[in-house]
Amino acid sequence: MSSSTPLLAVDELSVVFRGRGSDPEEVRAVDGVSFTLEEGRVTGLVGESGCGKSVTSLALMGLLPDRGVSVGGSAVMRLPGGEADLLKLSQRRMRDLRGSQLAMIFQDPLSSLNPVVPIGRQVTEILRRHRGLRGSKASKEAADLLYRVGIPDPTRRLREYPHQLSGGMRQRALIAMAVACRPRLMIADEPTTALDVTIQAQILELLKDLVTEEGTSLLMITHDLGVVAGLCDDINVLYAGRAVETARRAPLFADPTHPYTVGLLGSIPRLDAPRGEALTPIRGSVNDNIAWTDGCAFAPRCDHYTMECLQGPPQLVTAGAGGGAAAADGGAADRAAGAGHAYRCVNPVRHADVVDRTVLESPAVVGDDEEAQG
Amino acid sequence: MLRFIVRRLLQLIPTLGGLSILLFVWLQRLPGGPEYALLPDDATSEQRAQLRRSLGLDEPITVQYLAFLRRILQGDLGASLQTGRPVLEEFFTRFPATFELAVTAMLIATAVGIPLGYLAARRRGSVLDFAAVGGSLLGICTPVFFLAFILKVVFAERLGWFPSAFRLSPGISRTDLSGFAVLDGLRTGEFDVVADALAHLVLPGLALASIPLAVIVRMTRASVLEVLEEDYVRTANAKGLHRNTVRTRHVMRNAMLPVVTSIGLLTGSLFAGAVLTESVFAFPGIGSFVYAATQTRDYPVLTGFILLIATMYVFINLLVDISYSLLDPRVRAQ
Repeated sequence: MSSSTPLLAVDELSVVFRGRGSDPEEVRAVDGVSFTLEEGRVTGLVGESGCGKSVTSLALMGLLPDRGVSVGGSAVMRLPGGEADLLKLSQRRMRDLRGSQLAMIFQDPLSSLNPVVPIGRQVTEILRRHRGLRGSKASKEAADLLYRVGIPDPTRRLREYPHQLSGGMRQRALIAMAVACRPRLMIADEPTTALDVTIQAQILELLKDLVTEEGTSLLMITHDLGVVAGLCDDINVLYAGRAVETARRAPLFADPTHPYTVGLLGSIPRLDAPRGEALTPIRGSVNDNIAWTDGCAFAPRCDHYTMECLQGPPQLVTAGAGGGAAAADGGAADRAAGAGHAYRCVNPVRHADVVDRTVLESPAVVGDDEEAQG
Repeated sequence: MLRFIVRRLLQLIPTLGGLSILLFVWLQRLPGGPEYALLPDDATSEQRAQLRRSLGLDEPITVQYLAFLRRILQGDLGASLQTGRPVLEEFFTRFPATFELAVTAMLIATAVGIPLGYLAARRRGSVLDFAAVGGSLLGICTPVFFLAFILKVVFAERLGWFPSAFRLSPGISRTDLSGFAVLDGLRTGEFDVVADALAHLVLPGLALASIPLAVIVRMTRASVLEVLEEDYVRTANAKGLHRNTVRTRHVMRNAMLPVVTSIGLLTGSLFAGAVLTESVFAFPGIGSFVYAATQTRDYPVLTGFILLIATMYVFINLLVDISYSLLDPRVRAQ
């Protein structure tokens, strides 16, 4: 936030998987995603399964397979040696940056740890690679790291194997590896999905502390709006490979504008809802898309759509900035608070009250929406 | 760990016991006995019956079996009908040769098979991959004796690159310490013996290696392909580790687990495979001796050989399990 240029500026990122052999069909997993990440802040990428959020993170890390994938757009990051486009760097250079400048925390801590290598080795190998630490110096630093992420008795844990640790402990160990070299940018891909609820809260608290203490920027990938509300400063809502709404936390929750965001917020189960009231899922699934080139990909699932929605891709509109449809809205005063609030919709929701379910009521199947589980 | 080893060794008793019963019944059912193999064609039936009596073959099968069991518990496998010397002694003098051959074959199979399998997986769909997969199919399909014969004709008889038979060239004298020609040569400094013995091991070693090599290539390839998709390999790459570190510590250490098991089983089968290879190359090991024993219905030798192979299998599997527990902490015995 201190600097004028963002730490990372992702512009029109696209990832296309080409089918191999007999199945030459292309899959556009990410279709022109743009967002920026400020130093020392937590930015959320939110969306349901299959919206392209994990692929976005793998593209930024340079971890997509070499073959059968084409990546477009740019992702300019401020690095010690000046700015560089992560998508254009050589494999060798990316290997130097990964672990030291960019780190990643994955979803499933058990499968993300090597089962046959002691935890200690898995921590010290990154210290050796990027900081040149060896032997007892590396072990001591590894123990310190484990202690910092809240693992008790770290010297004993260093000798243990992943299967001997609990789920929360494993995720802590992975976080220790991620912060080992004080990266500028940390990407967490659904880091709490595989954990118990009580552990989830602890892990989120830990991430928050690390961001505050280290000044690291965190890109938080999640489908869980509870996580977003508790952790993220800036939020990008993704749908079918594109950002459909971008805002700071307060305006997003107070004044969600894109019907998809409104739907996501509306499908959170509430404790104060009357007993027996059905959940309000977004009808259909992410597979019911149309291509962005034909119009709004969300239109088939949207309660607000009109023929206008199907006339080409909707542009990103800044809320309250007088651009396009937003200009018609009179409430410019309360929009001022939502600086940087933008959405991609021709029929935005005005003053959506997510408690008012009549707006969102739909005849869809009830109760099977995985996004609603929190 | 010790308890585990002892328990596995105790398993030998029912294994060998059951096997010896099967063997006895099977040998009894074989048409023709030593009285046909050992005596000339014009021997009278009276002479044949007398030979059977003298060998104890006229007794009921249970009596024979119990007598055999009693002897075996005293460490006596009986005497060879061909040579008259104790079977165990015959085996001990020939074992080092077969052991050297088996080790050579296994070294060839692993040293070529594991890197080849890895490269095939890494370059999946490439020419190398197709060649490795196709070649290993060919290796599995080709009968060992046929391959041994081709190797002998081409590389020994036509091209003359390698000797075609025996363990050492005639005229080479060696100091025999343990029966292991290569090891003895290294210890006594007779390097001409070492070179000559190794040259004699190349062709039979290659022939014997063909099936294990093919299996190891395929196992390694499949296992590496699976491990490359694992999350922890992605984590290792996300940590920015060097390619070599990712390959050895994260990919190969995990990919080798199933390969180690198959290497153990393949090593056991090598001793059986040696029967054909050794007889093609007139290699003076256990295999060619046993091949001769099948021709003469030398029951004690056959029985002893099969029991020996079974024992080897149990020991090799024990070694595999021990090394597996060293490689994989998840199965380590408490």
